[in-house]
Amino acid sequence: MTPPPRVALFVTCLVDLHRPSVGFAAIRLLEAAGCQVDVPRAQTCCGQPAYNSGDRATARDLARGIIDAFAGYDYIVVPSGSCGGMLRDHVPGLFEDDPELRRRADVMAAKTYELVSFLTDMRGMTDPQAAYAGTVTYHDSCAGLRELGVRDQPRALLGKVAGLTLTEMAEPEVCCGFGGTFCVKYPDISTRMVADKTRDIAATGADTLLAGDMGCLLNMAGRLAREGSNIQVRHVAEVLAGMTQELPAIGRARDGR
Amino acid sequence: MQITSPAFKSNVAEALADPHLQKALHFTRPRFPERRAAAVAALPEFETLRDIGRDIKNHTLANLDFYLEIWADNVEKSGGQVHWCATADDARAAVLAICQRVGAKTVTKGKSMISEELGINEHLEKHGIEPVETDLGEYILQIRGEGPSHIIAPAFHLNREDWEESFRKTHTDLPADRVFGERRDIMVEARTILREKFIAADVGITGANFLIAETGSSVIVTNEGNGDLTQTLPKVHIALASIEKLVPTLEDATSLLRLLARSATGQDFSVYTTFSTGARRPDDLDGPEEYHVVVIDNGRSAMIGTEFQDMLRCIRCAACMNHCPVYFTVGGHSYGWVYPGPMGSVLTPSLIGVEKAGHLPNASTFCGKCESVCPVKIPLPKLMRHWREREFERHLTPGAMRNNLAIWGWFARRPQLYRAATRVAAWGLGLLGRKRGRFSWLPFAGGWTDGRDLPAPEGDTFFARYARQQRHKS
Repeated sequence: MTPPPRVALFVTCLVDLHRPSVGFAAIRLLEAAGCQVDVPRAQTCCGQPAYNSGDRATARDLARGIIDAFAGYDYIVVPSGSCGGMLRDHVPGLFEDDPELRRRADVMAAKTYELVSFLTDMRGMTDPQAAYAGTVTYHDSCAGLRELGVRDQPRALLGKVAGLTLTEMAEPEVCCGFGGTFCVKYPDISTRMVADKTRDIAATGADTLLAGDMGCLLNMAGRLAREGSNIQVRHVAEVLAGMTQELPAIGRARDGR
Repeated sequence: MQITSPAFKSNVAEALADPHLQKALHFTRPRFPERRAAAVAALPEFETLRDIGRDIKNHTLANLDFYLEIWADNVEKSGGQVHWCATADDARAAVLAICQRVGAKTVTKGKSMISEELGINEHLEKHGIEPVETDLGEYILQIRGEGPSHIIAPAFHLNREDWEESFRKTHTDLPADRVFGERRDIMVEARTILREKFIAADVGITGANFLIAETGSSVIVTNEGNGDLTQTLPKVHIALASIEKLVPTLEDATSLLRLLARSATGQDFSVYTTFSTGARRPDDLDGPEEYHVVVIDNGRSAMIGTEFQDMLRCIRCAACMNHCPVYFTVGGHSYGWVYPGPMGSVLTPSLIGVEKAGHLPNASTFCGKCESVCPVKIPLPKLMRHWREREFERHLTPGAMRNNLAIWGWFARRPQLYRAATRVAAWGLGLLGRKRGRFSWLPFAGGWTDGRDLPAPEGDTFFARYARQQRHKS
């Protein structure tokens, strides 16, 4: 029997700070998919806030720490398309002038996967063995979709969740307006964009909104709450891991309101 | 054209509060993407063609001096004249000199973004020459004294009632009780007015979608046929083109033409694709007696060899803005100069300076849709990020942003300290927000909370909880 693959979980700063349960959902799913999961301690953030603000020096420093901390694993799995895209598509480019670090960054990039697509594409998961009573609509987060090709995988797994009905919103591929620091640098534009998105979400009649990135989820959940909507917002991993009974939806009190 | 890019934020505030503009944007928003998607779906080799388009442009840019010389030789061989212009001033002077030499009073114009960049109309008017825009969209903008808000659909921001109002106000010699029942009525009226201008014009000015080195030709594409009337009826045709419009061969031009209309309007081909080579020859039945190409650098050659060279591949199809959620939220005028949307957010800082246009590359979520539809695969988000890097290096990034980044970066480089700090923050916010699960207001978070609640964290960080769990296990 082949030994289980050793997977390092890149938790992401937003999951760490805001919604740790998503990290535990990821561990649960990876273990169910036959992986041995480790969480390297020396990780903070993938560096996007610096990288996308033009601060390459900070982005490089953080990337070096990640390259060191995540060396030696078979795979690096990230419960976020955005941070996954950073590690896979952007970190190597930070080391154009350093062949040795570039090589190590390329090795890391080649082993990096977004959580849900890793489960389906690399571990052959077809049925997450979960149940969720509700009508769900799924938002495609930009980096996951366009950098990492995550679109059909979450829908395939959600399709197998007992009791769950999936209904598509208009233009699920259009950005929700989060955009990292964009949402506070240009709050007017960001707010209008997320309002367009929540209108499309509400129009589906779904009671639950799922996505694979905490940034987008906080943005959409925050807007839905401001509009007085009852739509429950969760990270897709919470549903796939059967964890929804264990914590309220994003931005909701413990009694679910 | 007046630059208002530094006032991007107030431009945006106005645009968001303008119900007319929002109505127009909302109406048009789904149309371009739907049409492009249908055109692309009908052409199986479209993706391959994008690679070909990128490669043609890259090859040309790598050998630009070589091809420009061949092109200029061929223009002259075919009886045309080339005017090399390093700056916008040079180009304006060259155009004016030609018009004055032939004693031009009226000049018709085909749609041309480079002419907006150069401010040709204002310059001619200042010298007593009447420029007349003949593209329907450009015509109404000229009447209204506005600039284009889109590079292929310049009057995109107007609704039909705006058209009717402007036409009634301007064409006062037509019967006041005439009816504008449908779009066609607007077109018919414009056509009637413009016919006289076409015939009266002494000089016709067009842009150029491509310059072809091997033949010395310029190419324009239009859907209204106004470009053809502009360049063939007057005695003199002036084509304005920036240096990156060049392609080596006819074959290359046709490859790019296959990409252009599909990416732009979702047509297989534009209604009129016109190749101009030289002036009228003795045996020709028609055509201009003089054919001039004013070829303009105006900042482009300085992009060659930099990280912004890829931007010079742009064929001005507008697919990037047609698919941009930010563009469709704020409209084209918010960008504050000639080129809006993602391509403008990269090109404008190159041409007018990042000091003035610094907001543009920042006002993007990097959603990546623009890059995914670009017919020549320009990595637009990457190039916008390069502008952010230049701004950061030159300390143009706002101070508060820099400070926040520096503090965060200091912690993020030190996992143990970061762990301690985030734990306190998560715990505090979690405790404060526990009852409602979210905040409607928090100090220093107005940017977020003005338009949405901030969901409260669960209360403990992942790493604190994970460490506890590991301790229990062992």
